[in-house]
Amino acid sequence: MARHFKPLRGGGAAIVFQPYEITLLRGYASQMLELVGSARPEAPERPDAADLIASAFSDGPSEPPADPALARLFPDAYTDAGPDGDARAASAEFRRYTEEDLRGRKREDAQALVRSLDALAPSERRAVLHLKPDECRQWLGALNDLRLVIASRLGVTDEESYDELRELPEEDPREPLVMVYEWLTMLQDSLVEALMR
Amino acid sequence: MSARPTTIDPPLGAATETEQSPTATPNAVAEPDFPWITVVHNDPVNLMSYVSYVFQTYFGFSPEKANRLMLDVHHEGRAVVSSGTREAMERDVQAMHGYGLWATLRQDR
Repeated sequence: MARHFKPLRGGGAAIVFQPYEITLLRGYASQMLELVGSARPEAPERPDAADLIASAFSDGPSEPPADPALARLFPDAYTDAGPDGDARAASAEFRRYTEEDLRGRKREDAQALVRSLDALAPSERRAVLHLKPDECRQWLGALNDLRLVIASRLGVTDEESYDELRELPEEDPREPLVMVYEWLTMLQDSLVEALMR
Repeated sequence: MSARPTTIDPPLGAATETEQSPTATPNAVAEPDFPWITVVHNDPVNLMSYVSYVFQTYFGFSPEKANRLMLDVHHEGRAVVSSGTREAMERDVQAMHGYGLWATLRQDR
């Protein structure tokens, strides 16, 4: 059976998952939700009217996240000194206005992945997942974010460092995470292929 | 950035743009003669197929143009994918970050 996404007639894509694959993916997406969270420490899950008013006037963060994986998800927008001559100040300003929205989008993508997995009928055996076009877009985002985070954890900084990881001996402690990364890569690539057909 | 001359779009009204960006620092001086550009940078994680998909989906580029820009990113390390006002480029950069692509903006001069 298909281990990768296949295009559906009329848009969308489908794949067959084994129960352990569903458990793994759901787990990664949940961890992603925790990781991405909010840069605002006290952002409540269900804001009341006062929270909303307060948040309307509070700025997002101005510094890049300290965690390198988060810094890759929320990079600086300016690296080049513009007419202002200060890329750092311009990046900080950009971040204040955009990072919360960006975190929101990444949370929504991860939540969409969890939702579609939870909607699968519980089964001891394989399950067929059908994604609508909109859900495909969110899955692509979520899979990409997961790969960015894992690559950062594995220290992938360029094509050479990634090639080295593919040559790891079986007993290397990073090997399982490399396999997860390659699985997510295969899923994402096949989903793009399915959508572009 | 050898890709620039062939990949840049016509400035979107940039020549007459005098508006201050909401994120511009207060003492920033608008320089109307130079449009702003969005630059997408190469990274070892984003798939070539995905980058091309993003260019087609977000910018509405043809598969040929999206592929050419994607290859520029891959081989040259970066490519200019849009140009226009600072506000418009900030929107594009934010969208690219939403997709997980590494993008920056700067004034093209």
